[in-house]
Amino acid sequence: MNEFLIVIHRDLSSKDASPSPEQMQQAIKPFQDWIGSIAAQDRLVTPPKRWDSDGRVVKKEDTVINGPYAEIKESIGGMMIIRAENYDEAVEFAKGCPILQWGASVEVRMALPAPQ
Amino acid sequence: MAEIELLPKLFRTEYQKIVAVLCSLFGIEHIEIAEDLVSDTFLAATETWSLKGLPENPTAWLYTVAKNKTKNYLRHHSIFEQRLAPELRYSSDKAEEIEIDLTVKNISDSQLAMIFTVCDPVISSEAQVALALNLLCGFGFTEIADAFLTSKDVVYKRVSRAKDKLREAKIRIEQPSLSKINDRLENVLTTIYLLFSEGYYSVSKNNTLRKDVCAEAMRLSRLLIDHKTTNLPQVKALLALMCFHASRFEARTNVLGEQILYDDQDDTLWDQSLIRAGTDFLNLASTGTEISKYHLEAGIAYWHTKKEDTADKWENILQLYNQLLILQYSAIAALNRTFALSKARGKAAAIAEAEKLNLKDYHFYYSLLGYLYSGLDNTLALQHFHRALQLAKSAADQAMMQKHIDSHVP
Repeated sequence: MNEFLIVIHRDLSSKDASPSPEQMQQAIKPFQDWIGSIAAQDRLVTPPKRWDSDGRVVKKEDTVINGPYAEIKESIGGMMIIRAENYDEAVEFAKGCPILQWGASVEVRMALPAPQ
Repeated sequence: MAEIELLPKLFRTEYQKIVAVLCSLFGIEHIEIAEDLVSDTFLAATETWSLKGLPENPTAWLYTVAKNKTKNYLRHHSIFEQRLAPELRYSSDKAEEIEIDLTVKNISDSQLAMIFTVCDPVISSEAQVALALNLLCGFGFTEIADAFLTSKDVVYKRVSRAKDKLREAKIRIEQPSLSKINDRLENVLTTIYLLFSEGYYSVSKNNTLRKDVCAEAMRLSRLLIDHKTTNLPQVKALLALMCFHASRFEARTNVLGEQILYDDQDDTLWDQSLIRAGTDFLNLASTGTEISKYHLEAGIAYWHTKKEDTADKWENILQLYNQLLILQYSAIAALNRTFALSKARGKAAAIAEAEKLNLKDYHFYYSLLGYLYSGLDNTLALQHFHRALQLAKSAADQAMMQKHIDSHVP
């Protein structure tokens, strides 16, 4: 069993970036059902958190850019760590993400063991 | 013979109070001496009261006799003096002046200190539960053995070993500091909940005893709530949870002691006063920013106090199970989530989720599948119930699975 980082990317500059309270309410249940299903299979390692969409980007020479991210259109909307046998299985979990239908993309990355 | 009825009651309430005060005074090395002194006190009460009748204030009588016996003991045991707690050592040549403080405040402080001592992680949680029943709740070894369905000998050994471990580790009986409360409270709550479950789910036929065990777990959490430092949201949530469960105590078994499933329970037997108390504690627990597993479990139990099946009820229960699983995985929560899913979204959705669960060693997994397939594919449902029966270990579980099979045979 391997650990996979699941990162949801969203376009924070689009009009869907700040959903209305009703939209939020509507989106919460499918999202919780998705995570709940992964957790019910004992595959959730680190649950997702809610992240502020304000954000800062730090560059060289102490340059700090405020969000929303002018140069990187898509930013992290959420992330978590799960357990899966392989990429195929991890991708199956990722496909359940209900935010995909709102235009998000989900990045799947397998953790590598620490170098010896 | 009022004293005959009163003594067991006083024993249940007062024994552990005096033991707590004396243990706090003597330190962990001398728990047994404290217990002996209090046992002697109750023995004296039995003898004296049956001859002379009840004293005017039986509790005060017990306290006075316990104090005198303790002072006497301290006067006559010089070896003991050398090993006493430092604060006692200095005044030990004047045993008369030692303050044995049996005020409400000191009793409560000592009980709190004892809870944190008993729930020290140097001893296993199984041993913590046995020791808590013995030392914090005044249960005898026979009673504990009866509740655990094991022998008195096993309980005695388990409790003695636990005491030895506390002594070896030199665990101090002291008021828990804020940082200790931070570190340990979770463990304390786990032990209290285990204690409750031991009473609630025990297959012991002794209903009164099982109820007493549950009541003691609730009393211990009440004690934490009454203390300013431990009056925290998760403690109130745990008490709410226990109130909700306890409200169904009478309804969940029949006269033969067999389990009655939730759907078949007579809800007029549900204790409404406990449901109200639970609701109050759950409201009081809704402060702060942290949601503990007890909040979530109490929320689930709250919705179960409403017998009527509504979409709202099961959707709420499903979301609470989602949160509970995200916080902490357990097989039983995974199964219950799937059941809630079937109620909220239909059996087909639940079957799809059930197939993903890797719980093929659990009879509950197959009885859930049996339930989900019944009405859709009764042959398959029956197969699952048969598998569940094969895997069920306890006689009670086997009987339950057989019942499912019988009700599905065409």
